[in-house]
Parts: sequence; structure tokens; C-alpha cells
Amino acid sequence: MVPVFIGTTFLIYALVWAVPGDPFEGKCGERDCPESYVSAMRDKFNLDDPLVVQYGKYLGNLLQGDFGLTSAGLSVGERIAATFPVTLKLALVALLIEAVIGITAGVVSGLRNRGFLDSLVLVSTLFLISIPVFVTGYVVQLVFGLQLGLISPTVTSPTIGNLIVPGFVLASLSMAYVARLSRTGIAENKRADYVRTALAKGLPQKRVVGVHMLRNSLIPVITFLGTDLGVFLGGAIVTEGIFNVPGVGGLVFRSILTKDGAMVTGVVTVLVLVYLLMTLLVDLLYAVLDPRIRYD
Amino acid sequence: MTDQMAVLAADRPRGLFGDAWHELRRRPLFWVSVSMILLVVLMAAVPTLFTSGDPGLAQLSRSRQPPSAEAWFGYDNQGYDIYTRVIHGARASIVVGVLSTIGVVLTGATIGILAGFYGGWLDAVVSRVADIFVGVPFVLGAIVILTTLNAGGDAGPVRIVAQVVLSIAVLSWPVAMRIMRSTAIAAKQQDYVKAARALGAQPRRIIGKHMLPNCVAPVLVYSTIALGAFIGAEATLSYLGIGLRQPVVSWGVMINSAKDYLRVAPHALLFPAGFLTATVLAFVMLGDAVREALDPKLR
Repeated sequence: MVPVFIGTTFLIYALVWAVPGDPFEGKCGERDCPESYVSAMRDKFNLDDPLVVQYGKYLGNLLQGDFGLTSAGLSVGERIAATFPVTLKLALVALLIEAVIGITAGVVSGLRNRGFLDSLVLVSTLFLISIPVFVTGYVVQLVFGLQLGLISPTVTSPTIGNLIVPGFVLASLSMAYVARLSRTGIAENKRADYVRTALAKGLPQKRVVGVHMLRNSLIPVITFLGTDLGVFLGGAIVTEGIFNVPGVGGLVFRSILTKDGAMVTGVVTVLVLVYLLMTLLVDLLYAVLDPRIRYD
Repeated sequence: MTDQMAVLAADRPRGLFGDAWHELRRRPLFWVSVSMILLVVLMAAVPTLFTSGDPGLAQLSRSRQPPSAEAWFGYDNQGYDIYTRVIHGARASIVVGVLSTIGVVLTGATIGILAGFYGGWLDAVVSRVADIFVGVPFVLGAIVILTTLNAGGDAGPVRIVAQVVLSIAVLSWPVAMRIMRSTAIAAKQQDYVKAARALGAQPRRIIGKHMLPNCVAPVLVYSTIALGAFIGAEATLSYLGIGLRQPVVSWGVMINSAKDYLRVAPHALLFPAGFLTATVLAFVMLGDAVREALDPKLR
């Protein structure tokens, strides 16, 4: 995990600072930046050192919790702290929607193999997989926001209620995968011996499905959901852009366009860290859910 | 007993792909997706077959006119004919999709089969490098790569397309590599590989002649679905304004320029979005059908 973290952040760091052209071009309005400003800035961001040394210094500061300053003098750490909770909230809403709808659809269709509901779920997941997120976003915004007027087309204040629609859009693609995964799981476990035993004992159907089958079928789904939270945090750029959510995605997109290297590396570092932590968490959760897996 | 054997022998034994083809031929979903794909490929190859208009002709006098008899899909903000541009936009989208898939599958599968076959330090290094690339969220990584590449300023159509293909391939090869690696590791344990090795076959021959034909199916399924996904990814990047851009015409570029006029001219966004979705859908459906046909367990 540590090598991966270092590798990924180094990759991003190298890419961001390797942008050809002067990183401080246009930072001083219409005229060229004065020589003293540029040299002070180059000194501050260690740009005269070799890349590896630069990165080493950056990492050293990072380990002390210092994300550094942007070229405009703002604290990167503070900006991240202001926007990250919004994106986290959005990602959690999306994850909840995805889990509830996806698992329900998957279980229902898995139990009735080859029926009408099963076909319906298969066809709708096919559609959800095919529609790019920004198309879903704009169609939802157009139909429900502008034409029917049911929702506000942009998120004015990021409360949970306002984030439901963007969360739904963000979740739409993964929802289809969750439904398919849980459908396969249920269909595989339906004829397992332990299910037959449970039914033979006279347990009600609800308990057999809800406790016995779900616990065994949902292991791959949990893995998917865990890694998905990391993906949501990093991939919310498009959704946040459409609905104007003031989150990390908009921040990082703007900083990339304005070549604000310190901000980009800071945000990406946080996102990669979250992603790796989620992967670790999922691995640990595995052992809890499936006693056959043991980490010694 | 002999009767049974005669019955079995009457059907000439088919390989995995013969079986799969036999299975596929009977599925309506397969034919629907194949005909949709053929139509889009035809649009990409000979756009003049469908329209005689000029995709670069913009007349501000007809800006944002809704669909009518002479312009089926209406005009966009710049006064471009949307129908003509949608037809001409197929080429860029398909080219990006096909080239990135070829890039991803060739690099990923080659590295994967070598890592799986040789194992040891090669496998360890390759897997860690793949972990690093998977750790970067796709959209974020693509934005960073493309802004770095775009910084060069104005570029011709070829360079713009090449940049997008490159960034998709760089961020996606680990998936193909992981799929190939796990199948290669499983295949390495099989008796036919051991037999070939015992007969003194060179590693190159074992990989090329024995393992490759037996490992290619999962990657093939992945590549069909990935082709659709990459077309969608291209559109997403172009929509963000960093992927394809003028003078290249693509569905993503059209959606990007239409998004600011969503309220007054929704048709300018909905038609390219519809074509985009239908194309991605066709590839995903094809991938689904191929997977079911290639996986004996699902029959």
C-alpha cells in the first residue's frame, strides 16, 4: 500500500509539474511577472531542484500534515477541508442509493430467474451501463429541473435533501453493476445445500433470503461498494459540474485548468489515500463476512 | 453404445469459438447489436452515404432552430446542421474507441501473459506498476495527462485524437493486464502446458501456440465491452473540454458546445447524446452476448 501511494502521488506530481511552459505565466495580470516574484516562487516550490528531490521535499511536508500553499497564497489544506465534506456527503448519498436500489433489484431478479421482472432488470441495467453519466445528468436536469420544475436544477446549498438527485445520477452506472452482481450471487446460492436445509427446517422465506442467502451472496457486492466509494470521490467531477455542487471535483478541475500544481497534487493525494484506505477496509471486511478467509 | 457414439460423432467436434459462434447465431440480441454496430461503422466510413451536407457549415441566421423537415435534428447555437454533424461525428468516436481498445488490449494482454507465465520478479514489478495506475481515478488522471499534452497549444486533428487515445490507453491497460495475467496463471498449471514443456518447447512457442489460444476469451469479452466504454470515456473527456475539440467533430464535442444552451435548445444536446448512448449500448450488448456464448457455465 505504501509503495502504491508513493508511486501514484509521484506520477501525478511529475505530470502536473512537467507541464511545459512557465507555471507562473499569467499570474500577474496583463504584464509579465517580475523577475523577483518568479524566482521567489521557484524557490518556494523547489522548482530548481531535480524532480525527485522536489517530490521528496513535498512528501516530507505532507507527512507533517502540511499541504503547502497555492501560488495565490491560499492554504491547500484549508480549501480541501472546506470542499471535501460536500463531496463525501454526495458520495455517501450515492452509495446509499446504489446499495438500496441495486441490491433490491438484484435480489428480486435473482429469485425469479427468467421471469418478467428478471428481464426488466437485465434490460434496464444494460441501459444504465450504456448511458454516460453526463448524459444522465443533463437529461435529469432538463426533464425534472427545467421542464417539470420538480427539482432545483442546481444545488444551491449542499444539504442531504438537495444532494439526492445528483447522488442518483452519480450512482446510476454502478447501480447497474451492483444489481448484476447481486443477481448472480443470489442465482448461484439459490440451490445451495444450506438454503435447502434452512427451508426444510421450516424457516420462513423472508429469513432464508434475508439472512442466509444475502449474507453469502453479498460478499462480492460489498467489495464493489467499497472500491466504488473511492471512485465516487474522484469521479464526481462531471456530476458536480452539472449540478454545480461546491465539492472537490469542481475545485480540482478548476485548479488543473489554471495550472495550480500545488492544489492538484494536494487533492489527488487525498483522493488516492482515501481510495487505498477503502481497498484496505474492504479486504479486512472480507474476513469478517466470510470466515473461510483468514489473514494470518 | 455405438448408436450414441454415432450420434455424437455426427456433429463435427467444435472448438470453444465454434461453439460460441453456434450459440451466438441463435441469439436475437447478438444480431441487433451487430447491425447497430455495422450501421455506425458505415456512418464512420462513408458519411456521405447518409448526408450531403457540410459539417463545417455554420450559419448564424439559423441558430438554434428546432427540428424541421429540411433539418431533421435542427440547428445548434452556431447554426450547424445537427444531423450532418451527428453523422460525421461517428468517425472520431469510433476511431478513438477502436484505437484505444487495440492499444489497451495489445499492451495489457502482452504484459499480462508474460507476467503470468514467467512469474517471479517480473510479475511482482508489473503488478505493482499496475496498482499505481489503478490507484489514479480515471477522469482525474485523464484530465492531468491531457492538460499536460494540450499545453503545446493548437494541434491538428491527428494529434488531438492521438492524445485522447494515449491517455485512455495509459490509464486502462492494467485492467486488461490483470485479466490476462490471472487466466495465464491458471493456464500455466494445465497438463497441456506441462506436456509441451516436457517435450522441450521453447517458452515463446508455449506462450504463442498453447497458452494464447486458451487465454484469449476473457480478454476478448473485456475488449468488446471496453470499446463501448472508451467511446463513452472519449465523450466524457470531450464534454469536459479537454478531449477532442474543434476542428474534430465528435458527439462529445457537440454535447460540450450544446450544454450551455440546454434551456433554449435541448435538441442540440439530446440527438448526439442519443447516438452516443445507442452506440455504447450496442457494444455492451455485444459483449454480454459474447460472454454468455464463451462461458460454458452460463449456458
